[in-house]
Amino acid sequence: MAYALQQLINGLTLGMIYGLIAVGYTMVYGIIGMINFAHGDVFMVGAFIGIIVLTALTGVTSVPLGILAAFLVAAVFCGIYGFTIERVAYRPLRGSFRLAPLISAIGMSIVLENYVQTSQGALERAIPNLIPGGITLMQENGFVVQLSWMQLAIVVVTLVVLASFTYLVTKTPLGRAMRAVEQDAKMAALLGIDTNRTISTTFIIGSALAAVAGVMFLLYYGVIDFYIGFNAGIKAFTAAVLGGIGSLPGAVLGGLLIGLIEAFWSGYATVAYKDAAVYSILAIVLMFMPSGLLGRHEVEKV
Amino acid sequence: MKRLTADLRDALAVAFFALLVFAPFLGLRLGDDGYNLILTPTPGLLAIAVGLSFVGRLAMLQWHNFRPAPPVRLTAAAAKSGKYVAPALLVFAVLMPFIPGIPNSYIDLGVLILTYVMLGWGLNIVVGLAGLLDLGYVAFYAVGAYSFGLLATNFGLGFWECLPLAGILAACWGVFLGFPVLRLRGDYLAIVTLAFGEIIRLVITNWVSLTGGPNGINQIPRPTLFGLKFTMAGGPHSFAGFFGIDPHPSQRISFLYFVILGLALITNWVTLRLRKQPLGRAWEALREDEIACRSLGINVRNTKLTAFAIGAMFGGFAGCFFAARDGFISPDSFTFIESATVLAIVVLGGSGSQLGVVLAACVMIGVPALLQSMQIYRMLIFGLALVIIMVVRPRGFISTRRPTVSLGKTKVISADLIAEGRG
Repeated sequence: MAYALQQLINGLTLGMIYGLIAVGYTMVYGIIGMINFAHGDVFMVGAFIGIIVLTALTGVTSVPLGILAAFLVAAVFCGIYGFTIERVAYRPLRGSFRLAPLISAIGMSIVLENYVQTSQGALERAIPNLIPGGITLMQENGFVVQLSWMQLAIVVVTLVVLASFTYLVTKTPLGRAMRAVEQDAKMAALLGIDTNRTISTTFIIGSALAAVAGVMFLLYYGVIDFYIGFNAGIKAFTAAVLGGIGSLPGAVLGGLLIGLIEAFWSGYATVAYKDAAVYSILAIVLMFMPSGLLGRHEVEKV
Repeated sequence: MKRLTADLRDALAVAFFALLVFAPFLGLRLGDDGYNLILTPTPGLLAIAVGLSFVGRLAMLQWHNFRPAPPVRLTAAAAKSGKYVAPALLVFAVLMPFIPGIPNSYIDLGVLILTYVMLGWGLNIVVGLAGLLDLGYVAFYAVGAYSFGLLATNFGLGFWECLPLAGILAACWGVFLGFPVLRLRGDYLAIVTLAFGEIIRLVITNWVSLTGGPNGINQIPRPTLFGLKFTMAGGPHSFAGFFGIDPHPSQRISFLYFVILGLALITNWVTLRLRKQPLGRAWEALREDEIACRSLGINVRNTKLTAFAIGAMFGGFAGCFFAARDGFISPDSFTFIESATVLAIVVLGGSGSQLGVVLAACVMIGVPALLQSMQIYRMLIFGLALVIIMVVRPRGFISTRRPTVSLGKTKVISADLIAEGRG
């Protein structure tokens, strides 16, 4: 019981991180219908910018301020990365045949990974736990169930970010434009919406969310390398598909489910096959429930 | 003059963006002094990157101003010359090991390129002909390699017995993995096949008792020529001993070269033949429009499965050869990057074009291999090349199509005219 509760807490924390990345996937897929393969690597870039900021602020004694700076700087720079990637690698291919953007995205993903690897070295980089301690929830036969401050912080930050993001999408003119472009880009353009700008903004926001996830990953695990984006990217994409691609609440729900599945699988089955478990779920969901949990069912027009 | 000012302003904006983009990683480098992380600013690198972006953007704008886009005619001319390029390449490929004084490393590179040509031709059946986007092709390569590795080390079978077995096993896996994904299309199919590829790699890595795990399989026997081995020791059962010549490493490498050349040519020949038959035509029809195919009575399921199976079979052959060439296999050789490389070769070549695959394989494998001194930048250049080639030529090197069947005179058309449905 206690063990299960601990796995539940761990899974939810992990799921929050996946959910944040998944939102970026689902937004981009919704708006231009492509899998942004480089999104996982933007997440990795965010984690690296976070570690650079934290290293630069070594002298600063106020930990919350340092972490806040890491979040902000990473979000801004990843936003710039997202904008640049879309502008350089995807926009020229809009309207081209369907394989081209995917190949370009795979190329971009390879570029980002190797750019970070060659410029920062292939070594793993580690930071100490910046928010130590936590609350003990219960104790059973000597097994302590703990909710660490770090996990609590991750959950709170995710909820705040997602709340403001939901406000942005549902209540602001920008969000309305994004939803309009998602439904019908041509019609939106006819009605005076600058689709190019809206798409760019979508990439910037998605990348900033990935950056927040990246910094949280860095703080939570304390160890990053240039390759973390690949696995996290596929898992987040699985989350987006599981929740129903194109659906924002679905992405978060899918992220939480994937986090829980991974945590429980590692806790009760074999750790070695935890990635394989997630990949299998991806395949199974796509085979039997292609529109996901909260997605719209797509009707094919001939 | 006005235009130049505008261009300069544009280039300055690009340089500013480059400054922002490159600042975190080119301008700052993480290191450690043993205990703590430290940051070292590297403004020189950053300045070079920003300067290059500025000059590059300016040059690009000037190029656009003075030079109109190349006419489409060029590609048609290229397609016409393709008639002579292919036989010329074939003659060169056959004669290459006989060029006097050619270093072994070049023949070895030829073996590598031909392996990728074969993989590309195999994947071309799935992606280029049937239009099924497969990002997990490396799974079948791995199945072929491990089939041979396991059969050879556990049951003492040789390369030539295992070659067909590896192909059959890979084809079975092709059907096995293809069956669940029959209903999926486009990007979804790509992601699921990617997931399958990763699952197979994870199983190979973690099933230590069978596959040796990350340590891989050692001492896989080399191919023989009708039982003649290519050992340096000589002796009656070696190639050198039988023909009464001095043993030399180049004999073994040349033999491997001809084995893979033969395998690749078989792949090509089978593909070309299949394209002329009902099955190949059904594949191409499926690529264009799945619903039309269905309504015309084509069995979509079987057609897709045969594409997966035959593509996988050639991947299995190539994997078997790979294991025999290196004598050692480990899961590290079957990562997603391999799938991406092969897919890139197919798409860059112009999906569906057999000659395009050869050209793309030479460029994508040959060029980085020749840049040995820039080994650490190899993948970076590879990724950049993918993006740039896609942006410049989204249809690949050979962007024309000659319909396999047509009424009256066959006309070469631009690939842009092909619908490529969502299959």
